[in-house]
Amino acid sequence: MDNEPDKTSAHSHSHHDHSHLDDTALRVRSLQSLLIDKGYIQQETLNTLIDTYENKVGPRNGAAVIARAWVDSSYKKWLLEDATAAIAALDFTGRQGEHMVAVENTPTVHNIVVCTLCSCYPWPVLGLPPSWYKSAPYRSRVVIDPNSVLADFGVTLPEGRSITVWDSTAEVRYLVVPERPANSEHLSESELASLVTRDSMIGTGFAKPVSSLT
Amino acid sequence: MNGVHDMGGLECFGPVRPEPDEMFHEPWEKEVLGLALAMGATGTWNLDQSRFARESLPPEQYLSIGYYRIWLAGLEKLLLEHELVTPQELASAQIQEPPVTLKRVLAANEVTDVLNAGASVERQVPNQPAFSTGELVTVNNIHSSTHTRLPAYIRNHTGVIQRVHGAHVFPDTHAVGEGEQPQWLYNVRFSAAELWGHDRATHGTGEGAVHVDCWESYLSRADITP
Repeated sequence: MDNEPDKTSAHSHSHHDHSHLDDTALRVRSLQSLLIDKGYIQQETLNTLIDTYENKVGPRNGAAVIARAWVDSSYKKWLLEDATAAIAALDFTGRQGEHMVAVENTPTVHNIVVCTLCSCYPWPVLGLPPSWYKSAPYRSRVVIDPNSVLADFGVTLPEGRSITVWDSTAEVRYLVVPERPANSEHLSESELASLVTRDSMIGTGFAKPVSSLT
Repeated sequence: MNGVHDMGGLECFGPVRPEPDEMFHEPWEKEVLGLALAMGATGTWNLDQSRFARESLPPEQYLSIGYYRIWLAGLEKLLLEHELVTPQELASAQIQEPPVTLKRVLAANEVTDVLNAGASVERQVPNQPAFSTGELVTVNNIHSSTHTRLPAYIRNHTGVIQRVHGAHVFPDTHAVGEGEQPQWLYNVRFSAAELWGHDRATHGTGEGAVHVDCWESYLSRADITP
């Protein structure tokens, strides 16, 4: 079944020709001008919305949360008990992150987050979801065969770890706290944050090793 | 609704294709995001209605047109359903009917505050939660004909209440204009073997699990051990 196209990802349009893409661009442009002419939306508002998610909100927010948890055990405890408040304390709040839960990876448990029904994702800490997170292959298979999904990411779990998958079916959003890299005791909080990848906070990857800094 | 969006457990879609931190593949995709968020902010419909509009697209469209085309189609559908535009206006991009008065029109200088504030769905309810942490529950055999957040793969399965989240707006009624009707929301832990059978439960080493957030009416007290 591996030759089936990735049907809901944005990469799946090789069968569409360019006129189809142009049609969509035209349709979007027409809709936008209609809604502006109707007075329902304002151009400047659209620009600000897009700029927010394209340039301001993204996984560096989540990385700051994780690095703080790694260096401050009382913050980590707070994060695991009341992630919404602990994350808000670092000024990351808002749409699609109103109710946060943080789940910790350990030497025995590896956590992975999905939304099988649509594309729920913690926007204030991770920004907009990547295409694969919203795609049918990920949404369908990660709950039944997470080992094979991790293999698609080139990830092999060390022995002795069971996988817990979190399906975001409500307005609760999940953030994975990856394991702190080995031999990172000497690093600053900002250096640690630079080791935290988006995928490590979804559970489809690990934090980068300390050697990646050099 | 038993639809193709409810895809947890299917395996026919091929490999996951990881990619670098790239959010948009076409310039119009970000425009669709902006339009959907700006129209959502008018308060004409709620998030559950948006989800229902997207997931009830024809299945062949849902599976083939790509994420932001699904958003675009869902937005057009909501605009028509709420009579904010007419089909002729959509087709021509020319105004033919006077605009409808909206609850609000989001201004650029309000965007940051509105996004940062978000919209909590937690509500106070008079009753206590029916289930407590550690209790065994079985998912009811509900086949909603409209919007639901009960994924098919947990129906009839038994799990353990892991966490009581609080009382949250109930999407099944909220999506169809029947109000918020908040209910207690629980995180329920299902063992991988319970959901998929021992042969297929390959969730790392040892016993893996899938956790799903479930509203109270999705659940009954279990009378068996999972």
